[in-house]
This record gives sequence, C-alpha cells and structure tokens, in this order.
Amino acid sequence: MEKTLKLSSQNLNFYYGTVQALHDISLDFYSNHVTALIGPSGCGKSTFLRCINRMNDLIPETKVDGKIIFDGQDIYAHSLDVVLLRKRIGMVFQKPNPFPKSIFENVAYGLKVNGIRDKRLISETVEESLIKSALWDEVKDRLYESALSLSGGQQQRLCIARALAVSPEILLMDEPASALDPIATQKIEDLILQLKELYTIIIVTHNMQQAARVSDFTAFFYMGKLIEMDDTETLFTRPKLKQTEDYITGRFG
Amino acid sequence: MQNIYFHKRRKIVEKIFFGIFRLSSAINALALFIIIYFIVGKGMQAISWTFLTEMPTDSMTKGGILPCIIGTFILSLCSIGIAFPIGVSSAIYLNEYAKSGTVLRIIRLCINNLAGVPSVVFGLFGLAFFVIWLNLGVSLISGSLTLAVLTLPVIIGATEEALKAVPHTYREASLALGATKWQTIYKVVLPTALPGILTGGILGLARAAGETAPIMFTAAVFYNPSLPSSIFSKIMALPYHIYVLATAGTEIEKTRPLQYGTALVLIVLVLGMNLIAIIYRSKLRRRMR
Amino acid sequence: MIIFKRQTTEKTMQWLFFTIAAASIVILIMIMIFLFIEGIPIFKKISIINFIFGKYWYPTSSPPDFGILPLITASIVVTFLSSLIAVPLGVMTAIYLSEIASTTMREIVKPVVEMLAALPSVVIGFFGMVVFAPFLQETFDIATGLNMFNASIMLAFMAIPTICSISEDAISSVPKTLKEASLSLGATHFETITRVVLPAALSGITTGVILGMARVIGETMVVLMVAGGAALMPSSIFDPVRPMPASIAAEMAEAPFRGDHYFALFATGIVLFIFTFAFNMIADYISNKYKQSGERV
Repeated sequence: MEKTLKLSSQNLNFYYGTVQALHDISLDFYSNHVTALIGPSGCGKSTFLRCINRMNDLIPETKVDGKIIFDGQDIYAHSLDVVLLRKRIGMVFQKPNPFPKSIFENVAYGLKVNGIRDKRLISETVEESLIKSALWDEVKDRLYESALSLSGGQQQRLCIARALAVSPEILLMDEPASALDPIATQKIEDLILQLKELYTIIIVTHNMQQAARVSDFTAFFYMGKLIEMDDTETLFTRPKLKQTEDYITGRFG
Repeated sequence: MQNIYFHKRRKIVEKIFFGIFRLSSAINALALFIIIYFIVGKGMQAISWTFLTEMPTDSMTKGGILPCIIGTFILSLCSIGIAFPIGVSSAIYLNEYAKSGTVLRIIRLCINNLAGVPSVVFGLFGLAFFVIWLNLGVSLISGSLTLAVLTLPVIIGATEEALKAVPHTYREASLALGATKWQTIYKVVLPTALPGILTGGILGLARAAGETAPIMFTAAVFYNPSLPSSIFSKIMALPYHIYVLATAGTEIEKTRPLQYGTALVLIVLVLGMNLIAIIYRSKLRRRMR
Repeated sequence: MIIFKRQTTEKTMQWLFFTIAAASIVILIMIMIFLFIEGIPIFKKISIINFIFGKYWYPTSSPPDFGILPLITASIVVTFLSSLIAVPLGVMTAIYLSEIASTTMREIVKPVVEMLAALPSVVIGFFGMVVFAPFLQETFDIATGLNMFNASIMLAFMAIPTICSISEDAISSVPKTLKEASLSLGATHFETITRVVLPAALSGITTGVILGMARVIGETMVVLMVAGGAALMPSSIFDPVRPMPASIAAEMAEAPFRGDHYFALFATGIVLFIFTFAFNMIADYISNKYKQSGERV
C-alpha cells in the first residue's frame, strides 16, 4: 500500500514537573495505516499518545519541547488553535466514557458544539457514525435511552461513533479494549481494521497479540524512549534489537 | 468561511464567561475585604490596653470590654468541652463501627438536620429545656449546653473527614497483627487522625464564639458588674455586646467606636482561629497526598 | 479466656459509641418536643389557619393580633432575593475554583470563601447597619437603609460560601475522563463546562443551593439588625420587614413568661423549624439519589 505521511513527531521531549517522561521521540505516522504503540506500563506510550491531541495540556506543571508536525504545521506552535486541532484528531479512551446523556445525544454532541444546527444533517451523521462503529443494528430502536444502559463493549463502540461523528482525520485509541471481555475486544479489533480505510489510526496497547493482529506498524517504547519502530511483521519476527526481542518474547515487561 | 466566524465567536463567548466567573470570585474577595476594612479601620481607634483589660464604666459608654472577652472565652471553651467528646465519639461510631443500613441513615439524617437548625431555634430550645425545664436559669451552663448542641455537627463533620483520611491499610495492618477493633482505633486510627480532629475542635470553638442568637435567651446579659464566678453566673459576651450596643443602648451614636472595637476583637478571635484551622488543614491535606 | 474478655470489651465499646452517636437523634427529637410544648398552647387562643394566614402581628396590643403571615412573607421574600444574588455568584465562584483557577489562585480564593463563611453573623449585621444602610439611604434617597434589600444582600454573602463549597465538591467529582472526552471532540473548555460538567454536577449543585437557602431563612442576627423590623407586608424591596427569626429574637426578652406572646413566638419557631427541616430533607433526598446514580457514571 502507498504510504502518505500524515503526522510526524520530531525530537519530542515531555516533562511532568522535573521528571522527564519522554525522551527525544521521533516517529512518523502514515495515512490509512494503523500504528500500534507497545511497551510495558509506564513506558510513556500513553503520554505520547496524549501529546498528539494535546490532552496533556490539562495536567498542570507539564512541559513539552520538540515538534509534532500535522499537515505541515507544528501542533505546539503558539498560533495553533487547540480546539480546532482536537476536532481533527479524535480520541477513544481506555475506559468507555459515554456522557450521561442519551445514545443519540452522545454522538450528536461533537456536531452540536461545532455549530451544526440542521436536525436532518445531525441525525444522518449520527446514523452514519453508528453504522461505521458497527453499533447501529444494536441501538437503532433505543437511540433515546441513556448511554449508560449499554454494555461495556457497546459503550466503547458508542465512544468510537462519537469520535467519528466530527469526521476526524486521525483516531487516537488509548488501550480501547483493555476494559472489555474477549468478545467485545474482538468486535473492536474488527472495527479498527475497517476504520483504517478511512482514518489514520494510532493505538496504544499492552497486548502484543492485539498489536500484531490490527496494526501495520509497531513502535516499541521503553522507559520513555522509542526503542524500535518497524512494520509490524518485521518487528515481531525479526526485531533488530535485543531489548525488543526480549519484550516481545515475554522475557520482561 | 462561516465556520471560522463561528469558531471565533465560540472563543469570544468563552473569554467573556470566564471573565464573569473570575469577576464573581473577585466579588467575594471584595466583600470580605470591605467588611474587614471597615471593622479594622474604625475598630483600631477604639482598641487600647484599657479597652481590653477593664470593666465597662459610665453605663457602658466608656471603659473596656474585659468581661465580654472573658465571657466569650469561657462560654466557647465550656461548650467545646461538652461537644468535643460527644462529637468525636459519634464520628468514631459512624466511620469505624456502623454498617450501612437504616440506623446509620437515620443518624446521618439527624446530624444533617441538626446542622441546619436555625440558631434562634437553638436559642428557643435552650430556653425551654436548659433554662426552664432543667431549671438552670439564664447562666453560663445553659448557654454552654445550647452552644454545645449547635457545634456538635461541626465537630462530627470535621472528625469524620479526619478519620476518612486515615489510609485503610493502617487499619488492616493493625487488625492483621491480632489487635482488636478498639485497639486499632485507639492506637492507630486516632493518633493518625488527631491533627485533623483538633482542627475540627478549633473550628467548633470559633463557631461557638461567634454565635449570638443561641445565647440571647440562655446565658448573656447586657451588663454584669462582676466577672463570672460559677457556672450559674449570667455572663457578658462579645457578640451579644455588639448587638446590644448597636441596637438597644441609649447612646448608640456615642458608643459607635466601642461597637467597632468590640466587633474587631470578635473577628480577630473568630477569623484568627479559622485561619489557624484552614492553614493547618491545608498542610495536613498536602501531607496526606 | 483472654479471647472472651477482649470480645466483651469490643462489644462494650461498640455499644458505648453507638449510644453517644444516637445522642444526635435524641437532641433533634427533644428540640421538636420542646418547641411543641412551649408553642402549642397558643393554638387554644387562635386557630392554626388564623395564626399562619393572619395578616396582622400586634402581639402587645389589646386585644393582641397573632398573625404571622407578614413574618413568613418577609422570610420567603428575603430568602428569594438573596438567592437571586447568592446562587449565580456561588455557583460561578465554584466553577472558577474547580475549573479555571490556577493552583495559586485557588489557594487564595478558597480561604477567602471559607473566611466569609466564618464571619460571625452579628458582625455582618453590624456592617449592614452602620456601613451599608447609610450608603443605601444616600444612594437611593430612601427613608431608611435598614430594609429588605439590605438584608438580602448581607444574607447573600452568608449563603455564598455554602453554595460555593458544596457546588465545588460536586463539580470536582465529575469524572475527569468525561471532560477529556468532550475536549477531544473539539469542544471548548467553556462548552465542556456548560454541556458536560454542569449537567453531571447538577444534583450536587442543587443540594448546595437548597442548603444555602436553608441557611438564609434561618439566619437571625442579620435580619434582626438590618431588615428594619416592621411586621408589615412589604410592597417594595426597600420596605423594612420583620422575618420570623428577627421577630423571635427581638421579642422573646419582653414577652411575659408563658404568656400568649411567648407561646406565639415558640409557635413561630415551629414554623421556622419546619421550613428549614423541609429544606434539609429535600437536600438530603437529592444528594442521596445523586450518590446512587453517581456510581453508574
């Protein structure tokens, strides 16, 4: 498949107070591909993911240097509007976090805050997003029930639909299946493979089988550093570094 | 590009509202500042060594407020002396022993309601029960008991917060060593929670010192030529003194400096105690993290 | 044997603490009983309906009039007016503290609110009397600065700390991940606050508002000193009024012991108690419902 560069991190460093959590990360992401970030707990993979939509801005006393270039623009540039950035880079969180509103309102939320008033357009987009997230058939008769009445796996797919509704270009997924049972996990993985036709996906996972199943590229993080990045098959079968090999064969982590 | 205009408007709306939120916080600070500014500014002129250490003279138009200061101290200390052990024990039951259920629910409901009873109703209760029914008369003891009832919820609340902040692992560690529940509470939980509990005591003390309505019918008198000598003495107190001088005296305008002076002494006392508690508590909270 | 003895101590301690904790129930019940004992006799002289809906409160004329409608009206109107000021200010300050303020500003503003709560009511009443009343009188050119408007403003600043601190707790306990979800969809911080955070914290905020109102309706010294004292139905916000607590506090000293006036004041206390009791029960109901649904969020 042809590779188009979508986003690239250049010498990114990140600090929580005086503790450096990311060291000099340079990493490229390509359109319509899935990139998995793997590594043991606390290795910085989630922190890195949250740098991409500047979610770490919310944590006081953090500092970033280096660049993340998205469509030719540094997202940490002073002139960049973080609200518009986040509309273009969607995020799915570790635990399903639907708003305590109806299923419909959850998906319509992003459209409404972005100023779309046309009711027909809204309901079309809601339906389309729920279809894309493979939830439509399960919820089409109960759109106005509370999102909290759904099962965990359904809630997570609802959160994916909610993210898709604002038509992002990149989808960040932070261990999206870690709180789910195997069947729900299977559905989310199938969904990821479908969605990469339309979006650039970056997924954090601690599950190496999952990374192997869904991703085209895999980046291995360890202690805040990017150890190795390659296409998934190569990384899992012929890793260049001993450290990577130790981790993927389960000798530490 | 209508979208860009829309987006700009969102940003402006956010700026305006955040400005309003900031402003409303500033209004609170301003209100506090203005009140303190006037009381301190005008009260300072009245404050002197004589004012703090002498009896009132010339039918309250001159002299000092010593009996009021002493009265307020004794009243609030006595009421805390009564309320503190009861409050701390109640909180121990609620937080350490009680299992969730109807009984706990009812006790909590009563404490919440007790906290919401108007201070003048406490005054009525004190009058009907302590002064009349128990025949304690208008006295230090009646006033202290009434104030004790009023400060009880304050102390229970603060103690519970302090007990909740004790990590669960402490209790488990102690129980695992074969200590009984009471030993665990006495030797592990209470010492850890002690600073927080004492903070609650200080807050209760401040609350009792500042209340007027509950002591109006139960303990306070306008003028008492002698300092309190027994628990059955009628006493003078700072808050009641301010009220009487400001509303009922014959020479309200002439005693204005005395009123300001008394108010200053009262807020220094009450806010001082609160400030100590606030600073102490925020230090504790930081340590607990 | 040792085990047996330790078990006994345990049981004794548990019962001891339970008995002491039950004191709160006993006290609350006793408050009700004694209010009723001293208040009920007035209803031999006047029916409950005439007492509550009577328009005239002239307890010392002969024959006396014991209608507390003007007092109830004054209490309700003063509570309403002060809520108009205290609710927006209290909630907005809570939003500022929990969502916008930097750590430094928080550490300044939060103690300010706590100090405001700690000011003795007699000091606020005194301030309203000697500083704010003359100011109102001059600014608005009215007969007296001691009126409903003055009392409402003073009371508002007594309710703000209650409303603010309970609302702040409610807002801070909204899960952070809901906020992040909203922001990640391209909502501004303000939109996130109004559309996600506030709706999720609504029951907590409501509880705070109700408890703030309960504090206002029961507050005594401020209304006693600044509301003006006229037991008449108000027709403008600059009219002097006499809310229930003010009437009780002002007249109890002069009311002959266990005379009709005395009983009537206790009966007013019952009405006041019922008001605050109702406010507290509603607040309790809402916050309990919130706790249950809170777990699901």
